[in-house]
Amino acid sequence: MLTDLTIAEARDGLRAKQFTAEALTLEHLHAIEALNPRLNAYLSVGHAQAMEQARAADKALAEGDTRPLLGIPLAIKDLFCTKGVRTTAGSKILMPFVPPYESTVTANLLRDGAVFLGKTNMDEFAMGSSNMTSHYGPVENPWKRRQDPSAVLVPGGSSGGSAAAVAARLAMGATGTDTGGSIRQPASFCGLVGVKPTYGRCSRWGVVAFASSLDHPGPFGRTVRDSAILLGSMAGHDPKDSTSADVAVPDFEAACSRSIKGLRIGVPKEYRSDGMPGEIETLWQQGVAWLRDAGAEIIDVSLPHTKYGLGTYYIIAPAEASSNLARYDGVRFGLRVDGPELRDLYERTRAEGFGAEARRRIMIGTYVLSAGYYDAYYLRAQKVRALILRDFTEAFEKVDALLTPTAPSAAFAQGDKSDDPVTMYLNDVFTVPADLAGVPAASVPGGLDRDGLPLGLQVITRPFDEETMFAVAAALERAAGFAALPTLRAGA
Amino acid sequence: MALDPATVRRIATLARIRMDDAEVTTLVGELNTIFGWIEQLNEVDIAGVDPLAGAAHMALKLREDVVNDGGYPEEILFNAPDRNGDFFAVPKVVE
Repeated sequence: MLTDLTIAEARDGLRAKQFTAEALTLEHLHAIEALNPRLNAYLSVGHAQAMEQARAADKALAEGDTRPLLGIPLAIKDLFCTKGVRTTAGSKILMPFVPPYESTVTANLLRDGAVFLGKTNMDEFAMGSSNMTSHYGPVENPWKRRQDPSAVLVPGGSSGGSAAAVAARLAMGATGTDTGGSIRQPASFCGLVGVKPTYGRCSRWGVVAFASSLDHPGPFGRTVRDSAILLGSMAGHDPKDSTSADVAVPDFEAACSRSIKGLRIGVPKEYRSDGMPGEIETLWQQGVAWLRDAGAEIIDVSLPHTKYGLGTYYIIAPAEASSNLARYDGVRFGLRVDGPELRDLYERTRAEGFGAEARRRIMIGTYVLSAGYYDAYYLRAQKVRALILRDFTEAFEKVDALLTPTAPSAAFAQGDKSDDPVTMYLNDVFTVPADLAGVPAASVPGGLDRDGLPLGLQVITRPFDEETMFAVAAALERAAGFAALPTLRAGA
Repeated sequence: MALDPATVRRIATLARIRMDDAEVTTLVGELNTIFGWIEQLNEVDIAGVDPLAGAAHMALKLREDVVNDGGYPEEILFNAPDRNGDFFAVPKVVE
């Protein structure tokens, strides 16, 4: 089936005229039609636009056009504004919103010839680790427990729809965003490669803002090479985002073939958590052995402030969110609930338009920024954030990359971890530090747990050294030989 | 330091979110759990540490201070729930 191809394979097949972009897109649209009613991975599917883009790609291919993503069908997280296509951020408050502009990242993908199949489901405003906070319903993980195939598992979050779509072969790749782990944790839960690049590598312009100093757009792929191809198109300097880095975009795909011989790999002892299953520890040690066998030198390192990452994150991210989400006032765009006075309109619109998790985070953020509490919470958190960055900076004086588990568990069932908010927050314990420090990090599938569910390994490198990250990730991928497939997928 | 219902109501007012008593009660419990957990940051020695506002590993760029965008009111107003000519319309503000 064409839906089983990698992006690299499809690109070669299209150029060799083995099949058309139209056929490739059509096969994906049929797969979406068959599986999306169950998975709920897509919030909207753009049949007509996708077919039009595919036909344009075929015409360009016939003329010898070699743009890197020409005719490749992708899914776009519904946090990226797409011109003329409804963009909800998983929230009721943006239900009526149709952006009159295209985000820079999606414009870059279109420039390179990509076909957009549709917009994917997500936790509301990217606030969540399970996709359970979406106003438009949860997403079903296409992976099933061997002994309990009827249990409906979460795909992770917040980019849960993108992860489920790529895993189930309803797209060849997808965009996501990672603020506390929202690309890497769903990649780990769905057996995919997920990349959070360096802060500033991908423009945030046109991406609905959650926590601006932490929001990182990045790709999902089924292979390291596919993720590298996608990041190569998504990345690049953008004058419209003042934090976009004006640095050259290297050939990420070429970096996947680099040898890791002689690289120094750090293993940070703090990446262990209470109740973490032994098989995650075992997989981590297996990953260390794979890299040693590939010629890397393994060095024990310490990142002493790791355990404070989540607490720091749950001050800084809500603080920035409370400010960013102040724009949803029922006046300029989005939902409006009328009231006799302007104040009533604001308060009713926001009470009705935001879900429970978004309201909770706005409340946390408003509190920590309010008079009398700023120093005790927000300023302290910014100082701890500096120490977390210093941990990485010092570690990278000794090593070229860090290897850790991606998440402290495999995919859990819908409704689990919902007893209190902190239990859910703890799922991001290993991913949050790289967001706070802005350093690049990728999750690669390493193996399966005893239930047959995928587990990811995380590679973290220095700022703007995604090439080493891809080289190490590709070495892990080669050694792991991860070939397991999800139960629910196109053609299965 | 424990949050009480009055504090939660005050924050909700600052955040412009209308909240009934049941939600205030729920949030008092949840926010106290979250802030109780966040208390762990008090263990960290932050003496002499400069706060870090962002993760950008570069100097932020400046641009010329010129108008370089605008002039398309129809696109700006396209998503407005209510408009009056080229203006966003809101209910009367009574002072």
